[in-house]
Amino acid sequence: MATETAGSAPHPATGLPSDRSGAIEQTGGQGQSWFARYWLPYLYILPAALILGLVTFYPIAYQVWMSFTDYSRRNLRGRAPDFVGIDNYVKIFNNDIGIANYNFYRILGFNLTWTVTNVFFHVVLGVAIALLLNRQLVIGRRIFRAIFIFPWAMPPLVVAIVWRNMFNREFGAINLSLGALGLPNDIRWLESTDAPIPFLGFLPLAFYAVLLVNVWLGWPFMMVIASGALQSIPSDLYEAAKLDGANRWWQFWDITAPLLKPVMVPAIMYGSILTFNQFNVIFFITGGGPFGRTEILVTQAFELVNPQGFYGLAAAFSIIVFFILLIITLAQNKYLRGLEAA
Amino acid sequence: MALERNVIGRTVAAERGALAERTEYHRPRQVGPLIENVLAHLALLLILFAVLFPVLWIISMALDPRNIERPTSLTLIPPGASLAAFTRILTEPLPNNVGFWTMFRNSLIVSLGTSAAVLVVAVTAAYSFARFRFPGRKWGLFAFIAVQMLPGVATLTSLFVLLNSIKIPGTNESVRTTLLGLGIAYVSGALPFAIWNLKGYIDTIPTDLEQAAMVDGAGPNRAFIDVILPLILPALAVTLLLGFMAGWTEFVLAWTFITDPSRITLAMGLYSMQGEYASQVPWSDFAAMSILITLPVVVVFFLLQRWFVAGLSVGSVKG
Repeated sequence: MATETAGSAPHPATGLPSDRSGAIEQTGGQGQSWFARYWLPYLYILPAALILGLVTFYPIAYQVWMSFTDYSRRNLRGRAPDFVGIDNYVKIFNNDIGIANYNFYRILGFNLTWTVTNVFFHVVLGVAIALLLNRQLVIGRRIFRAIFIFPWAMPPLVVAIVWRNMFNREFGAINLSLGALGLPNDIRWLESTDAPIPFLGFLPLAFYAVLLVNVWLGWPFMMVIASGALQSIPSDLYEAAKLDGANRWWQFWDITAPLLKPVMVPAIMYGSILTFNQFNVIFFITGGGPFGRTEILVTQAFELVNPQGFYGLAAAFSIIVFFILLIITLAQNKYLRGLEAA
Repeated sequence: MALERNVIGRTVAAERGALAERTEYHRPRQVGPLIENVLAHLALLLILFAVLFPVLWIISMALDPRNIERPTSLTLIPPGASLAAFTRILTEPLPNNVGFWTMFRNSLIVSLGTSAAVLVVAVTAAYSFARFRFPGRKWGLFAFIAVQMLPGVATLTSLFVLLNSIKIPGTNESVRTTLLGLGIAYVSGALPFAIWNLKGYIDTIPTDLEQAAMVDGAGPNRAFIDVILPLILPALAVTLLLGFMAGWTEFVLAWTFITDPSRITLAMGLYSMQGEYASQVPWSDFAAMSILITLPVVVVFFLLQRWFVAGLSVGSVKG
């Protein structure tokens, strides 16, 4: 029906917006009923909407309900859980959930530290290496490019488990290499509670181990983004700057950096959320240890479900994580957009 | 929400990178002094080494013939290198009595099945969001963004409980413990991502071609099928394969849902090889299994790159 309407209208295309992001008006005239105007777009969405409603939005709503109950293992067989109000939330914020080494504020603080340090290294390394690869003379540029995205191509799960074994005290590649170089080779990377940097006492050695892994994993993404942007910068800008006597340091800050910004800002926001929720690296390498000191929110949320089986508590925990992410995203959005405009 | 969290950026970034690859490069005009070039290459080689180090380690371990015996030195090609570990993994069951091919089949069914199903449903929705204006569109888009922000484990609890309460007719088994249940949970995370990703791609395609088709008398359905679908083939392939890659090594949901050993996936199998103590890890077998799991994904990823480069949509109108 709509097909006919559109086809038989005198010039369906004439009134259409010609901008690139424009819509195509589905049908013509103003006089049409609401149904005739909109049934097609809704029909296109219908299958997805039904499935999403059933497997995504309903579970989310159910999750909210669960977070106000004491749902646990014994309720799985059909016994209804008790409504406990905001008890779960209170317990979470009061560090009163009966799990060893649990401290909400420590976990949150660590999670933020983890995110900021990671994203910092991702961006710095990504941009620096993109600049290196963008030099006039690079022998084997294609090969470097292809191999450099390797960490990105590998499944994070495998990467994490492999690195965990590399950090093994007796047989891992890291200690074996250190030994081969004549350096101390009996380092308990993942178990030691010592803090290598004294004034950052809350960061055990394991933090630097997982940081190393996640930096290894994350910089290629930033490099690809930065490479794309670098190549779209017209070279006359640099020529002009050179004529004005700007050295390369200033060329970078006056030309390259401002032009990279609009591309890097969304990548940074995206990368931050990704890192904030980096389950694989933490869970498989340290498992949150030693003594929960490398636990992040998502690994803690997972442990509440499996093996603990505190479903109600876990539901509340996930909802809290969601709101924290929301706040971070909004704040970051505001701050980084401001930077972009400046 | 999305188990796809880790890949959302991939397409956009890679598409961008590939586009830049095709257009004229900006590179500094001057070659620069010799010493500087030598240093730059040394730096690149160093990075290359850092990137390849874990990869080389795992390969050398897989080739090592002394399986349970502990690796005590680093050698690229260990003495007496053999493919025995690969043969063992492929032909003998793991300690939990499940063979590689059973896990392979389970992973393949659940990851390919869900990504294909998601794609079919997502493509029309993405088109609608990209091209039509209708009441509720903004709210729909907002809902997608909000859902994407949920971390992977966010709805784990409710999906577990809900799927657990549905029994397979005629048995005492709940849907939660089956591959179907796992697939449903995957769809939950993958669908919003697929719609968002495809919508983003369609947005970059100028409407001129569809308008031309409509001037020629085609309706919106024709315009969608004849004009848009062929143009977004690369995006469809990319979305399918990203969905596949995410499902292929998904751990959290699988580990929580699946209890029957005959239904375990590759990710679960690899994780369970990881013993409490290092001396129990069958090092070579573990390395061989890692390679076998990774290989398809890496191959797919590098094949995918060519698809990005195809960048069909750009240029088809501009010329």
